[in-house]
Amino acid sequence: MNIDIALYEMIKDSGINLILSLPCILLKGLLEEIDERHEIQNIPITREEEGIGIAAGAYLGGITPALLIQNSGLGNSVNAIKSLLQLYKIPVVFIMSHRGAEGEKIIAQIPMGKLTPSLLDILNIKKFIIDSLDKIKEIKIAVEFSKKSNQSVGILLKRQLWRK
Amino acid sequence: MKRYDALKKIVESLNNEFVVCNLGDPSRELYNISDRDSNFYMLGSMGLASSIALGVALARPKQTVWCIDGDGSLLMNLGSLSTIANNSPNNLTLIVIDNSSYGSTGDQKTYTSGKTKLEILAKGAGFESITIIDKEKDIIQSLKNLGTGCHFVLIRTQPGNAHVSNIPLLPEEIKTRFCKAMLDFK
Repeated sequence: MNIDIALYEMIKDSGINLILSLPCILLKGLLEEIDERHEIQNIPITREEEGIGIAAGAYLGGITPALLIQNSGLGNSVNAIKSLLQLYKIPVVFIMSHRGAEGEKIIAQIPMGKLTPSLLDILNIKKFIIDSLDKIKEIKIAVEFSKKSNQSVGILLKRQLWRK
Repeated sequence: MKRYDALKKIVESLNNEFVVCNLGDPSRELYNISDRDSNFYMLGSMGLASSIALGVALARPKQTVWCIDGDGSLLMNLGSLSTIANNSPNNLTLIVIDNSSYGSTGDQKTYTSGKTKLEILAKGAGFESITIIDKEKDIIQSLKNLGTGCHFVLIRTQPGNAHVSNIPLLPEEIKTRFCKAMLDFK
C-alpha cells in the first residue's frame, strides 16, 4: 500500500479535521494527498510556533487540530508548548517527519534530529515512533491518548517509511 | 489616549464577540474594565494572540472573533499577518493597539516608534480592510462600521499602563469558561 495514502487515511480516521503545516520533502506526498482530497482543512503556516497558536485556538473552538511539520520545528515551539499548551492544558497532536536521523544527507538537520526524542521526553510529551506500515495505526492510538489525557503527543514519522 | 482608554472603548463596542487578548497589561486591563467568559486572556506565549484568534475563527465560522494584540507582540509573529490575510476568515478582526512600546516590561520602545508602520505590513501581507484610528472618540463608530470580513484595525496610542491587579483566574478556568461560552452560544 502507498505509504502516503495509509498515513492520510489514518490521520483522517483519527478525527483530525484541521492540519497546520510546513513542508518537508518526506511529507510531500502526504501534503498532496491532504490538499487533493479536500476532506481535512490544511492551513500552511509560516513558523511552527504560529501553528501552535492556531491549533490552540481551534481546540478552544471544539475541533481536533494537528501540526504537520519537520522535527526541527519542535525547537521553534518550546515556549508555546510550555506557556500555552501545557499551562492551559490544551492538547495538540504533533506529526513530525524525523529529519536528522538514519539516512539523513543534510548535515544541519543532524543536531535537532539527535535531540528530538529526548526533547520530547523533557517537554513531557509522549512520543509515538512510526517506522513501518504496520505501525501507522499508532497514529490513532496517539490521538485518542491526547484527547483522553488532555496532553499533547509527538508522532515521529521515520524516513524508512518512504524507503528514502 | 493610552491603551486603557482604547480598551474601554473597545469594550463599549462589544456585543457577543469572542475576544482573544494579548498577554500582560493588556489582558489585566481588559479584565479590570470588564470580565466576560468569552474573553480568552493570554498569560504566556507572547506573540501568539492573532494566531489563537485565527484558530478560533476557523473552528467557529458562525461566531465573530476579535483579537486585541499589541505592536511588540505582533512584531514577534509577523508571519501571522500573511497566514490570516491569505486564509481571510470573514469573522475575524485583528485590533492592534500600537503604543510603540513593550508596555508590560517597562515601556521600552518598539520599532513602531521608529520607521516601522504596521498598517503597511498588514497591507503587504494581503489585508484588504485596514482601518487606522488615532482619536478615542472614533473607536466605537469605526468598529461598528466593520461588519463581516477579515479586518485589520490599528489604534495608535501613547505609551503607559493603568496600574491594575493581576487576573485572579487559573489558566484552566480561563480555558474552560471560554469553551463553555462558545458551546452555549446561540
